[in-house]
Amino acid sequence: MRSGTPLFPEAASTIAPRVDALYLFLVGLTAFMTILIAALVVIFMIKYKRRDPNSIGARIHGGMALEIIWSIIPLFIVLGIFVWATGIFFDIARPPAETMNIYATGKQWMWKFQHLDGQREINELHVPVGRKVKMIMTSEDVIHDLYVPAFRVKADVIPGRYSHIWFEATKAGEYHLFCAEYCGTQHSGMIGKVVVMEPDDFQAWLSGGVQEGSLASAGSKLFQDLACNTCHRPDAQGRGPVLQNLFGKTVTLASGENVVVDEAYIRESILTPSQKVTAGFQPTMPTFQGLVSEEGILQLIEYVKSLKTDMPVSAVRPNTGGPAPNENTPAQAPPTRN
Amino acid sequence: MSSSTVAMPPTHYLNNGLTLKSWLFTKDHKRIALLYLVAVTFFFMVGAAFAVAIRLELATPAGDLLSDENYNRVFTMHGVMMVFFFLIPAVPAILGNFLIPLQIGAKDLAFPKLNLLSFYIYFVGSLFTMYSIVSGGLDTGWTFYTPFSTVASTSAVVPAALGIFINGFSGILTGLNFIVTIHKMRAPGMTWFRLPLFVWAHYATSLIQVLGTPVLAITIVLVAAERIFGFGLFNPAVGGDPVLFQHLFWFYSHPAVYIMILPAMGIISELVAASARKQVFGYTFVAFASIGIAVIGFLVWGHHMFVSGESVYAALVFSVLSFIVAVPSAVKVFNWIATMYRGSVSWETPMFYVAGFIGLFAIGGLTGLFLASMGLDVHLTDTYFIVAHFHYVMVGGTIMGYLGGIHFWWPKITGRMYNDLLGRVSAVVIFVGFNLTFFPQFVVGYLGMPRRYHAYPEEFQVLNVLSSAGASVLAVGYLMPLFYLAYSLKYGEIAGDNPFGAVGLEWNTTSPPPTENFKTTPVVTWEAYEYPTPVEGHVV
Repeated sequence: MRSGTPLFPEAASTIAPRVDALYLFLVGLTAFMTILIAALVVIFMIKYKRRDPNSIGARIHGGMALEIIWSIIPLFIVLGIFVWATGIFFDIARPPAETMNIYATGKQWMWKFQHLDGQREINELHVPVGRKVKMIMTSEDVIHDLYVPAFRVKADVIPGRYSHIWFEATKAGEYHLFCAEYCGTQHSGMIGKVVVMEPDDFQAWLSGGVQEGSLASAGSKLFQDLACNTCHRPDAQGRGPVLQNLFGKTVTLASGENVVVDEAYIRESILTPSQKVTAGFQPTMPTFQGLVSEEGILQLIEYVKSLKTDMPVSAVRPNTGGPAPNENTPAQAPPTRN
Repeated sequence: MSSSTVAMPPTHYLNNGLTLKSWLFTKDHKRIALLYLVAVTFFFMVGAAFAVAIRLELATPAGDLLSDENYNRVFTMHGVMMVFFFLIPAVPAILGNFLIPLQIGAKDLAFPKLNLLSFYIYFVGSLFTMYSIVSGGLDTGWTFYTPFSTVASTSAVVPAALGIFINGFSGILTGLNFIVTIHKMRAPGMTWFRLPLFVWAHYATSLIQVLGTPVLAITIVLVAAERIFGFGLFNPAVGGDPVLFQHLFWFYSHPAVYIMILPAMGIISELVAASARKQVFGYTFVAFASIGIAVIGFLVWGHHMFVSGESVYAALVFSVLSFIVAVPSAVKVFNWIATMYRGSVSWETPMFYVAGFIGLFAIGGLTGLFLASMGLDVHLTDTYFIVAHFHYVMVGGTIMGYLGGIHFWWPKITGRMYNDLLGRVSAVVIFVGFNLTFFPQFVVGYLGMPRRYHAYPEEFQVLNVLSSAGASVLAVGYLMPLFYLAYSLKYGEIAGDNPFGAVGLEWNTTSPPPTENFKTTPVVTWEAYEYPTPVEGHVV
C-alpha cells in the first residue's frame, strides 16, 4: 500500500504483468483510435466548413469497399484481442493442480480466513512469496467479492457455493484487499490487507501465534462433537458411507446419477443430506442446517480431505511448524465448476 | 438562416387549446412528448442532485459528509432515477414521440390513447419509486442483486421495485406503438429505405423494449415474491440461486443499454446529415447496424458476470459476442465521419453536440473492449473503470445525443430559436466537464478502487478530487441549456419552418406544426437526406 498518488497499480503476482500488457495494448489502441476519430472530425469541420449559407454537400451515397474494410479490419482486431484476453482468463479461472489452500468466509462486513495449519485471521491475509495459493471462498449471508488489485484477481463470494481465486505472489509487501461486490451498509469497510511475506518469514509467522491445531483437527473434533462418527465409520459398518479416501472420487447416487465429491458436495450433504444420497444407503441422515457454521463446514471439509488413510487423524495434532501441507486438488474435479 | 420577418403560423399544436385539461388529456403525440419533456427533465434534476451528493462525499477519503447508510441510498437513487426514469425514456418518449409521426408523414402515432396511457403509467411508476425515497430509501444499488435485496436489505425495496415494474409497461406500450406506427402509418412513397435513420434506430429500440422489458418485470415480481412471501427463488438458505437473478436481470438490463444509446445514435445520424447537408454515408449499413446491435445485444448479458461464477465456456461465448457487437457501433462512427467528408459542414450548435458525441462515444465504446476482454475484466469489473466506461456511453453518448437533438428540433418544437453562441458554449462546457469528471475514474479504477465505496484509501483522493471538480464544470454545462432554452420560449427569434435548411418531412411543415402535422398528406418522391441543389421549399 503506497502513499502519494500512484497512477498505476503495483504488480505483485505472476498474472499481473500479463494483465498489464493487455491493458497497455488496449490503452494504446484506444488512444490511437480516439485521436484518429477526433482529428478527422475536427479536420472535416474546418476543411468543409459551410461558407455559403445555401451550399450543400457533395452527392456521395456510400462505398461498399469502404464499408467492408472498416467492418472486417475491426472484426479481426477485436477477435485477436478476444483470443489474447481469453488465454489470460483461463489461467486466472483455472487453478493449477498443486496449490496451497486457504479458506475464506465473507460476512457482512468482514473477511475471515482459515489456514490449513489452523491459523485464523480477520481482514488480514498472510501468504508467502512464490507459492501458488488457492482461496476457497464462501459467504455466510449476501454476495461479496474478494479482490486484490495488486494481484489483478477477484471473484464473487457467493452464499451456498464455493468459488475460487488463485494467485502466486511475486513481491513481499502489504496490499489492499477489498470487497468488490456491493453488500450493504458497511461495504466500503469490508476491506483489509494481504501481507505477502518471504517464505522463511511466512513459516515463522505460521508457527507463531495460535496453537489450536490444524484445520483438519478442528474438523475432526467437530466431527465427533456432532456425532458424525457414529454413522460415518472407517470400517464400512456404519449407516453412512465411509469417508476415508472419498474426496475427489466419483460416487453413484441412489438416483443413478454420478457426482464428484468436492467441497460443494460435502457442504450440500451436511446441510441437505437427502438431496443426493449415495447408492446403497438410506436417507436417514438429519440436516445440520443451523447446527454448524460456514467455517465449521469448511473445517469438516478439510477433515474429510485429510482422511487419506484408514485411520482418522488424531483430534489434537501438535502444530509442528513444518511446511504447510500441500493439498492435492483432484484432477478430475472441474476446477471452475462454480 | 431564417430572416427575422418570418411569423409564427396562426394555429399550431401549442395554441390549439390552452386549458390545463387540453394538455393533461391530449392525444396529440407532440403534446404528450412535451409532457414527457417536463417529467423527464424533472427526474434528470433529481438524479443529478444525488450525483452532486456523491461527488461531494467522495471529495475526501473518509466518509464524512453522509453516513454510509445514506450514501448507499444516494448512489442507488442516482442510478434508479437516471436509468429508469431519465435515460431509458428520454430520447424515445420525448423526441421519438414528437418526431416519428412527423418524419414518416403521419398525423399521429397508431394508438394515440395508448400513448397518453403510457405517459400516465410512467408517471404512476415514478410516484411509487419516489415514495421509496421518503419511506426509508433504497440501498440495493440500481441492480437489486440478490440475496441482498430480498433478504438482507432493510430499505424500501418493494415500493421502488413496484415503481420500476409499472414503469416498464410504459416502455413496452411506447415500443409497441412505435412498431405499429412505423409499419402501418408511413406516407405514400415513404418506403422502408427512405425512412430517416432516426426512425430505424427507434424501430430497433422498440423491438428491445417489447421483447426485453417483460423479463425485467417478471424478475422484479420474483424479487418482491421472495421478499414478501419468502419464496426460495434467489436465497440459497432456502434453496434459491442468487446468480439466477443476475442472469434474469442482465438479460434485460444489458439490452437496456442499447435502449439508451440506439435512439441517440439515430439522432446523430440526423444531425450529421443536416449539419453536412449530405446523405448519410452508407445509409443501409447504418440502418442494419441498429438492427444488428439490437439482436446481438440480447446475447451478451453474461459479460456482466465473468467473476460471478458462470462457467468459463459460457463466459467465452458471451465474451466473443461482446466483441462482435462492437463492430456495428464502430461502423456507425466511421459512416458519420464519412458523411462529413466533402459536406457543407455547419458550425451551429447541433454540429458541436455531434462532435462531442462522437468523441465521448468513441472512448466509451473502445473502453468497452477492455471489459469484454475476460482476463482484464476480472481486474476491472466492479471498479471505477466500469463506472467511467458506462458513463462515457450512457451519459457522454446518450445525453450528448439527446441534447443535440433537443437543440436541433427546438425550433420545430417551439417555433423559436435559442442563442446559438450559448448553445455552442454549452456543448463545449459539457464535453470538457464530462472528460474532467470521468476520465480520472478510468485511472482510479485500474488502480483498483471499487465502486459503491463510501470511504476509500487516501492514495485515491487526488483523482477523486479531480473528478468532483470536473463534475462542477459539467453541472454548469447541463444547467446552461435549461436557462437559454427557457428564455427562448418568450424572447427567442421566430425560427421559421426550416431554420437549418435541412431535408426531412418534419421540415416541410410549419414550426410549430399544426395538430394534424401536415395540411395535406405528403407524398414522398425522394430518398432520405436527398439534398437537391437549392430550390424553394428546402433551403430558406
